[in-house]
Amino acid sequence: MLSRVANSLYWIGRHIERAENTARLINVTSHLQLDLPKGIRQGWKSIVNIVGNKEAFDKMGIENDERQIMKFLISDLDDPGSILSALRAARENARTVRDVLPREAWEEINSLYETAKADAPKAYWSKNRHAYLQQIVRGAQTITGILSGSMLHDETYQFVRMGRNLERADMTTRIIDVRSADLVPPDEHTLTPFENIQWMSVLKSLTGYQMYRRSVLEPVRRRDVLEFLFKERRFPRAILHCLGEIEGCAVTLKKNAQVVASIHEVVKAIEDVAPGALSQTELHALIDDLQLGLVGVNTAVRETYFA
Amino acid sequence: MAIRWGSYPVKGLYDELIQGRAKPRPAANQLCQFLHGLTDKEIAEHKNAADLAIKLMGITFTVYSEQDGGAIDRAWPFDIIPRVIDNREWKVVELGLVQRVKALNMFIADLYDKQQVVKDGVFPAGLLEDSVNFRPQCVGVKPPLGIWAHICGSDLVRDKDGTIYVLEDNLRVPSGVSYMIENRQIMKRVFPDMFENENILPVDDYPSKLYDMLASLSPRKVAKPVVAVLTPGIYNSAYYEHSYLAQQMGAELVEGSDLQVGDDDCVTMRTIDGPKRVDVIYRRIDDLYIDPEAFLPESTLGVPGLMRAWKAGKVALANAPGAGVADDKVVYAFVPDLIRYYLKEEPLIPNVPTYRCIYKEERDYVLEHIAELVVKPANESGGYGMLIGPHATPEEREKFKKLIRGNARNYVAQPMLTLSTAPTLVGNRVEPRHLDLRPFILSGKETYVTTGGLTRVALTKGSIVVNSSQGGGSKDTWIVDTEGGN
Repeated sequence: MLSRVANSLYWIGRHIERAENTARLINVTSHLQLDLPKGIRQGWKSIVNIVGNKEAFDKMGIENDERQIMKFLISDLDDPGSILSALRAARENARTVRDVLPREAWEEINSLYETAKADAPKAYWSKNRHAYLQQIVRGAQTITGILSGSMLHDETYQFVRMGRNLERADMTTRIIDVRSADLVPPDEHTLTPFENIQWMSVLKSLTGYQMYRRSVLEPVRRRDVLEFLFKERRFPRAILHCLGEIEGCAVTLKKNAQVVASIHEVVKAIEDVAPGALSQTELHALIDDLQLGLVGVNTAVRETYFA
Repeated sequence: MAIRWGSYPVKGLYDELIQGRAKPRPAANQLCQFLHGLTDKEIAEHKNAADLAIKLMGITFTVYSEQDGGAIDRAWPFDIIPRVIDNREWKVVELGLVQRVKALNMFIADLYDKQQVVKDGVFPAGLLEDSVNFRPQCVGVKPPLGIWAHICGSDLVRDKDGTIYVLEDNLRVPSGVSYMIENRQIMKRVFPDMFENENILPVDDYPSKLYDMLASLSPRKVAKPVVAVLTPGIYNSAYYEHSYLAQQMGAELVEGSDLQVGDDDCVTMRTIDGPKRVDVIYRRIDDLYIDPEAFLPESTLGVPGLMRAWKAGKVALANAPGAGVADDKVVYAFVPDLIRYYLKEEPLIPNVPTYRCIYKEERDYVLEHIAELVVKPANESGGYGMLIGPHATPEEREKFKKLIRGNARNYVAQPMLTLSTAPTLVGNRVEPRHLDLRPFILSGKETYVTTGGLTRVALTKGSIVVNSSQGGGSKDTWIVDTEGGN
């Protein structure tokens, strides 16, 4: 396979995943806003911090205008973190590799972008937002499904899968980082109903609430949630699970030593600690390390296969 | 009933579907009845379904727009009423195309070899010397099977008396074939019922014929030669087609930067496992850009050393560099003579009468009658740089007279044909619109002609400019077997 093609496939995986994650995040935050008393509503800024384009956002001075904020997060094509930007990037990458994608997958990527673009204004109002974001999530899941269900699971597919899982791991670290910082104070004995629902929302952003309940059988608590999101290998959005997936892809490829080594480094950093027991500062430092580690994995993939 | 053939005007025109007041041609009879039976609402539904299919299938072409600051994708403009040709008529056209392309290939091979055609006085030496598409770098090269133009797209038009002419032959990087196939896909999605009742010949074997032809050129005799489609990239207007064909053939779609030529003259592509040898390149980049070492040094689209590899016989290129020498509106005027010279046959499809400005007598005629003629530069494609005499302003005509006097060799002129029409949807009514037809001819061990081709239609009333970059659209082309059988 051409290196350029591998690169595009990898980014299709990342961008589709990013669009889906951002849609989930906005959706869950919308719902959370409704549950919190006015005094402690976090505002939308935390999402901006998660998708990582704070500077542009601050410049715009739209912090209190929900409609403008939605425009920024959903459909601002000048902003690389918006849903539409991610879908457009996926589509442009797909366009350059249409010859290796199943035709259905291209049609789905193309039509998801087209409908997401056409319908975006609907989501500026809270009334229609849920339906719109659901449509994005469903579209992204459809694409993932088509790719998994109709592509040869050869190296071509492995690059999409690597991109998807790296993006997913990265998003999980960002969500934990920003959301746990918002949640003050982290005092387990004064488990206020609001703290509880905020941790629930963290899980829900990662579609992990139900699975957490089945797996943990404990109330929603910081300690358990963190352990679950870092280490539960059976949960597809837990960081260790994602890393395992990436490794699974890498071992099917030739010349994988550098990539596998970079993955092991991140895995070890997680296995060596009990995330649930960390203070907020320590947690933040750990996440910084993990994010650097993920950058390292990305670099290893790029240097080995795309150069 | 929304479509009434009784009020469809065909006077003074040759219409492909309707031959007289409310009277369909035999091959179009069923289609016309079907259309007549549709309500306004049904027509609108079919039209919307087709538009939606085009959008969702992502069938686009790219136009460069200075206003919008770059390349933009436009949905493929498509008319849902097909153009119908009787299979009996088509069979004759097919033979004529095979004959023509065979002669053109012999001509090109001759020009890069002994130039017997010049020595025998059939083709003027002066024209060859002036030709902007003759590539001295190709002299003496012997491509596999002696074939230079493996893929040819010839434009056919029909005049108002019903005669089919060849308007031009595109031997460089002709495009449009993917749209021919996609048009059929759209029609099958939108009008499945029509296909059940009619004997419409299929068009979708083209990619596999193309692959077989390309694979047969491989210098390495291996079971599965590596075939690549070389594209200039996503900003090229035909990028959609490049990617479509690569996908349909299971070939690699490569850009210049994906390829490299080694010291052993072999071409390899950069893959995740390291360099991999390429045997055959279907290049969709113009000659001058394919190799900065041999041609334009500033080209970033090409592959340095590609000509070296081709000359050494380590890679096959389709079309061969230099094939464009016969894709020239001046050479065009000689094709009937070339057919007689090489094949000792009479041309089966006539040329449009063509005045060659290089000859004084013909030039004087053109300058005098410019208001009746269509003037074309020899080496432009896509309908650019043309003068349509009858529609031009006096200033435009004067400008062209000056251009012709300044560079006579570069211009030819033809009488203005009244291109045939076909009913085309305008709102929910039909009106006649002018059209042409581009079949594609593949030359390898065997010669293959597409079943029909790409019908392009000028969507503006009265216009004869069919190029998609200038307001043209397209129609599905049906070759209908009216004799029953299978």
